[in-house]
Amino acid sequence: MSQTEPEAPPSLYAAREPIFPRRVSGKFRNLKWVIMAVTLGIYYLTPWLRWDRGPNLPDQAVLVDLANRRFFFFWIEIWPHEFYFIAGLLVMAGLGLFLFTSALGRVWCGYACPQTVWTDLFILVERWIEGDRNARLRLHRQENWDFRKLRLRLTKWTSWFLIGLATGGAWVFYFTDAPTLARDLVTLNAHPVAYTTMLILTLTTFFFGGFAREQICIYACPWPRIQAAMMDEDTLTVAYREWRGEPRGKLHKGDDAAPQGDCIDCMACVNVCPMGIDIREGQQMECITCALCIDACDDVMDKIGKPRGLIDYMALTDEVAERAGSGPKPIWKHVLRPRTMLYTALWSLVGVGLIVALFIRSDIEMTVAPIRNPTFVVLSDGSIRNTYDVRLLNKQGEDRPFKVTVVADQPLEVTLESVEGDTVMVPADTTFLQRVYVVAAPDSAAARSERVDIRLWVEDVTNGERVYKDTIFNGRDN
Amino acid sequence: MAKQPQKTPKKPEVDTTGHSWDGIEEYNNPLPRWWLWTFYATILWAVLYSVAYPAWPGIKAATPGLLGWSTRANVQTEIDAAEAANAQINAQLASVELTAIADDAELRGYATSAGAAVFRTWCAQCHGSGAAGVAASGYPNLLDDDWLWGGDIEAIHTTISHGIRNEDDPDARWSQMPAFGDILAAEEIDQVVNYVMSLSGTPQDASMVEAGATVFADNCASCHMDDGTGDRAQGAPNLSDAIWLYGGNHETLTQTVTYSRFGVMPAWTNRLSEAEIRAVATYVHQLGGGE
Repeated sequence: MSQTEPEAPPSLYAAREPIFPRRVSGKFRNLKWVIMAVTLGIYYLTPWLRWDRGPNLPDQAVLVDLANRRFFFFWIEIWPHEFYFIAGLLVMAGLGLFLFTSALGRVWCGYACPQTVWTDLFILVERWIEGDRNARLRLHRQENWDFRKLRLRLTKWTSWFLIGLATGGAWVFYFTDAPTLARDLVTLNAHPVAYTTMLILTLTTFFFGGFAREQICIYACPWPRIQAAMMDEDTLTVAYREWRGEPRGKLHKGDDAAPQGDCIDCMACVNVCPMGIDIREGQQMECITCALCIDACDDVMDKIGKPRGLIDYMALTDEVAERAGSGPKPIWKHVLRPRTMLYTALWSLVGVGLIVALFIRSDIEMTVAPIRNPTFVVLSDGSIRNTYDVRLLNKQGEDRPFKVTVVADQPLEVTLESVEGDTVMVPADTTFLQRVYVVAAPDSAAARSERVDIRLWVEDVTNGERVYKDTIFNGRDN
Repeated sequence: MAKQPQKTPKKPEVDTTGHSWDGIEEYNNPLPRWWLWTFYATILWAVLYSVAYPAWPGIKAATPGLLGWSTRANVQTEIDAAEAANAQINAQLASVELTAIADDAELRGYATSAGAAVFRTWCAQCHGSGAAGVAASGYPNLLDDDWLWGGDIEAIHTTISHGIRNEDDPDARWSQMPAFGDILAAEEIDQVVNYVMSLSGTPQDASMVEAGATVFADNCASCHMDDGTGDRAQGAPNLSDAIWLYGGNHETLTQTVTYSRFGVMPAWTNRLSEAEIRAVATYVHQLGGGE
């Protein structure tokens, strides 16, 4: 057995290597700008959309009303017991991610993840203020904090902080009426929870987008590791055509040059990478497939008169096929696979289920809890009374009269506590607890039996919509 | 990613720590240094936290912590806040007309909820958590429509405030049924018991009913009325309905007539506030039998 120890052990910790992505233009960059504008636009503007729901309900189009346990989404209103809609949407989001990952790799990471979008925005701001890659590198290496460096840094940090503030601010608007809260926030009258939430989200946006950046993806996010399970050799990812690019080297013109590949080792792909990796080393854990290296390389290939696509969206099977001399599969063959079709089918199944559930749900609902302490009460005339706690849900924006009736094989009478007759006014958008009495006449069959199956009906008198719940009536059993 | 294509050999991508065991080397993938600082920061946080908050166990109690934080103080704060928040509606509840409580939806809702809590704390021991009473012990069922001393909100309020047959409150409801074992012969008791059973249609020995009616008219009707419907002013139960306080069979009734009954309820004015008494009166009134 032999064991050797190093003279001086290497450090087990390393400082972060700062990354200064160069500006790039091209079709993927343009696509990313569009996605950034759309996603950020949705995020910042949605709370300000109005939607008229009538006098008793909020007029904010998208509102998570935690205080009143309601979720409003345009014409849809979700009550707490309908949380399965949210769960279903989350399942759909998960299956959607599976689908996109199996077809297009880490496309979520590269284009739509908030961490990517905000980091992209922060880098854009950084470039406006401090200049492109080389200027930023110079500023970074300049050890002397003169007025210019101080001014640029403070401007950048202030801009980042303001973006963070807008981000945290937009978040709280989803939870209460946005115009009211905006006024309260400015006049310092808003609830401390609003300010605390804003502060936390402002600071996380500031640090995650400005300083942590790619480290969130590499060290903090579990999703990159999970995605590997959804990818296979047919998944399209950003890859380098090594067979075409190698051996790489400076571009030599003339006939005496040694045979060389298309890669001129210009480092454009490395310089634009927000993750600070070299795509030519193959697929790496850090790569978020943002495709900016494709744009950078295509640009260079155009300039040196070589075909585009040295770095390209490509699957492992394509790489193997191309090395063997045949062409890559058409894209639809990569996308249409049993795996992606299965994910699409599951996704659609949940989606159809949710839509059906949305259309068959009723504007009124009820729950019935028979009181079992005691199971029945003998009244002075000898009749037998059962009591039920009936919760009536009026999901409409106005008060509605609800009529309660009982249906059973035996004659039974229904009365309501503190209400004359069999109709009770249920206030708008509430769950209303009404105690309902069902009475069997003295010595009737129902009064003497052990139990009778009954059905309680509730009907909205105004539009005839009605629901029922089956329950039981306990007799005195003798 | 199993089928990585063959690549040209490159320099090792990862350094090793320099350790070597039988030729097996250990890769060194250094952690980011900020992570190390984060770890130190959590240690520092733990130390500061244990100084600021109750943390280290002692013989009698844990160290109190510099911030003076305590769960008991927090609960007291919350109770005070809840009482302060309810002060106005409690004052309103204590001052309005008793009959007006039911007309004000907000006041009624508050009184019912608060009364339910008071009931579970102070009343459920005798009347049961479901307010169904205990027939064997003579604790009345509060759910039915039969009342000894009256079932409107004012009568219920008076009963709860002053209690029944207690020595503590001069205004307590008071009445006493004689023990007829000293007054009537055993046969007369048997007769009157059969007569009382006949009033509510309970199966009985019909041969004794006629004689029992005479005994009843002479001894019982002054309180229970000629027709046996009772007298709420004296808390004399209605003997003609289907509800019995202690039980309606021959044995129990004989016991009741022979030895009498003396059900006691405490007065609550000295233990509950006026708002609490009104709340629990409202709660009892809406249990199903309120008049």
